[in-house]
Amino acid sequence: MSDKTLTRMDLSEAVFREVGLSRNESAQLVESVLKHMSDALVRGESVKISSFGTFSVREKSARMGRNPKTGEEVPIHPRRVLTFRPSHLMKDRVASGNKR
Amino acid sequence: MIRSELIQRIADENPHLYQRDVERIVGTVFEEIVAAMERGDRVELRGFGAFSVKKRDGRTGRNPRTGEAVEVDEKHVPFFKTGKLLRDRLNGKD
Repeated sequence: MSDKTLTRMDLSEAVFREVGLSRNESAQLVESVLKHMSDALVRGESVKISSFGTFSVREKSARMGRNPKTGEEVPIHPRRVLTFRPSHLMKDRVASGNKR
Repeated sequence: MIRSELIQRIADENPHLYQRDVERIVGTVFEEIVAAMERGDRVELRGFGAFSVKKRDGRTGRNPRTGEAVEVDEKHVPFFKTGKLLRDRLNGKD
């Protein structure tokens, strides 16, 4: 494992290399991919990307929680959480790429 | 929303680009993320979320049908953690 962290910059650099748009426009397009995905999720839609995975929004109901430090009970409000389910292809590639 | 709808939205916003270039742009973004995780790298997209690889230790499992013990090897699985901004937006905090 190389343990590097990639950022938006690395993704836009890849788009720049692959597609040959300017660096600036490549960065804007990466941003717009993320923005359209986020907007769909905020509208409550799932985002299903073939051979990558599915992002879906789940509704969590209210429950009583506890402050682990003080032991005090605190209400946890109902909220929406995002879950990501990787595709089989992604799981297989990640598993085989990281085998010792 | 599925991949083709994402491509369509981006194509609509960028009429100067060929459809096939938009397809390559979107494909490249997802391919880079998978390729990074394949190498064991993390991908951190501030505001959206972070993709990383988690190790699952080997264990002795059981065939649920026969009850027979089977060795399950250690493996690596993809993991996604939602970014703070997106988590807040999902809950109406803009």
